[in-house]
Amino acid sequence: MGMTMAEKIIALAAGIEKTKAGDIETVTLDRLMSNDGTTHLTIDMYNKLKNPHIADVEKLVWIVDHNIPSDSPKTAASHKKMRDFAAEHGITYYEGEGVCHQIMMENHVRPGELIFGADSHTCAYGALGAFGTGVGCTDYLYAMVTGTSWLLVPESLKFNLHGKLREGVYARDLILTIIGRIGANGANYKAMEFCGEGLATLSMADRISICNLCVEAGAKTALMEVDDVALDYLKAHGREPKAIVKSDPDAVYSETYDIDLNEIEPIVAKPHFVDNVVPAKECEGVKIDEAFLGSCNNGRIEDLRVGAEVIKGKKVAERVRFLVVPASRAVYEQAMKEGLLDIFLDAGAIIMNPNCSVCWGACQGVIGEGETLISTGTRNFKGRAGHKDSFVYLASAATVTASAIAGKITTADRV
Amino acid sequence: MSETFKAKIWKLDDDIDTDIVLPTEYLALKTVEDMKPYAFSPLRPELAAQIKPGDMIVAGKNFGCGSSREQAPEVVKALGVSCIVAQSFARIFFRNAINNGLLLIENPDLHDAVKEGDEALVTPGEKIVVNGKEFPIASLPENLMEILNAGGLVKAMRKRNGLD
Repeated sequence: MGMTMAEKIIALAAGIEKTKAGDIETVTLDRLMSNDGTTHLTIDMYNKLKNPHIADVEKLVWIVDHNIPSDSPKTAASHKKMRDFAAEHGITYYEGEGVCHQIMMENHVRPGELIFGADSHTCAYGALGAFGTGVGCTDYLYAMVTGTSWLLVPESLKFNLHGKLREGVYARDLILTIIGRIGANGANYKAMEFCGEGLATLSMADRISICNLCVEAGAKTALMEVDDVALDYLKAHGREPKAIVKSDPDAVYSETYDIDLNEIEPIVAKPHFVDNVVPAKECEGVKIDEAFLGSCNNGRIEDLRVGAEVIKGKKVAERVRFLVVPASRAVYEQAMKEGLLDIFLDAGAIIMNPNCSVCWGACQGVIGEGETLISTGTRNFKGRAGHKDSFVYLASAATVTASAIAGKITTADRV
Repeated sequence: MSETFKAKIWKLDDDIDTDIVLPTEYLALKTVEDMKPYAFSPLRPELAAQIKPGDMIVAGKNFGCGSSREQAPEVVKALGVSCIVAQSFARIFFRNAINNGLLLIENPDLHDAVKEGDEALVTPGEKIVVNGKEFPIASLPENLMEILNAGGLVKAMRKRNGLD
């Protein structure tokens, strides 16, 4: 019986020849990412250990991105704790450089690695053929101290992609369509593996966007076959693969889906669940108070180009705040060089520093009672972006920007 | 952990996400005790004050979906909830709950068969009895029971290493 990509990467990290879905393996982690969401809790627990030590400090990457710059004395204190600990122990540390997953993709992730991140969207790393999975701070602490953890080997769902997305349709529309189809727990405990000739038509930005959102279907991880697009990205960022794994022809999948990219259309996820998806035209006319272009899902240069093209020469609607948040310093600088920031500024957008912003409902852009946000963020749960009685719609960079111009939900072909 | 206990049921539905269990704005509070009043507040602001130590939560599918914030199972544990029985749990929440010594039980039928306020007799690894009706439940693997019984992963490690 052959192995899936997920099984192969776990076997590699466990130092064994074979494994299969349902087995529990002890693995050595290749990398451990943590951000300011919970690192202060990890440090508190670490300091209570009898003989605290770090198994391999080279593997740790700590990133301040959720509340940067800090918005209260409490946050400042938790950042200081993280900053001081990182300096004392020589941990790779980023602050104000960008959203953790974007920083990881630009600087650290390698194909074939098994990575724990103390953040649910760690599954984004599958875009480079790495097994990234989100954990809490206790699991993170255990891995940091021992270098290892245990993993239940997941079953895999296979998504065969065919064809090509049409003009004006984006990766965000594709993954929202898939989540709508399989449901918010349709991939619970499972790996989502993407392959097929349609994959070759997708850019790295598209791929990160797709893998990143798989946790919203409950997935343990997302994985994509490593091809020239992935290898070119890796090379351009000065890194080599750990291992390039491919699923065996006789690998076992609990389900296989064939997805025709040509059939995907602009999609909106309505409040309060990511799988509550409808064609964007069904939300046409819903009044908005704020629009957000950014996050680990859609804050890359490709997304800013899409937004800038839609809004060039136009204005943000009156009484609407349009937040544009590049996902990293590199994205910010590139957007500046290309003149995209000028376009957004001329249109009346608010450009923020690279961070998680309103996607996680703190730091900035939080919405009030009864307000509506359309967002390229990751979630639209009740209260996610602020007041418990507010509303979040999720959509592509194009639909979000078009809605910012119209002051109500609409698609880019109508503004 | 295998001793039978009595628990009053609080009932929630499908897809209780971690932003419901504990909204982002309360994550910055200093201690989990400070966070307690805000548990489940977007959905049922009065619930945290109503839950008494020893009570249990019965929910539908996909309990705990969303963020990896460990404050979510921590705050449920701090409220004194004895266990959560759901049709299914999201995986990060599952690990985080066990790591904090919070008992989780998967059962497909209980949610539709009980109402809020019912009393249950829970025998972990064996069965739940409500209104005279029995619901068999599976036991967790031994390594997870060791963590649960110790009160969480860090405590289990200390115990294993002879520190406690």
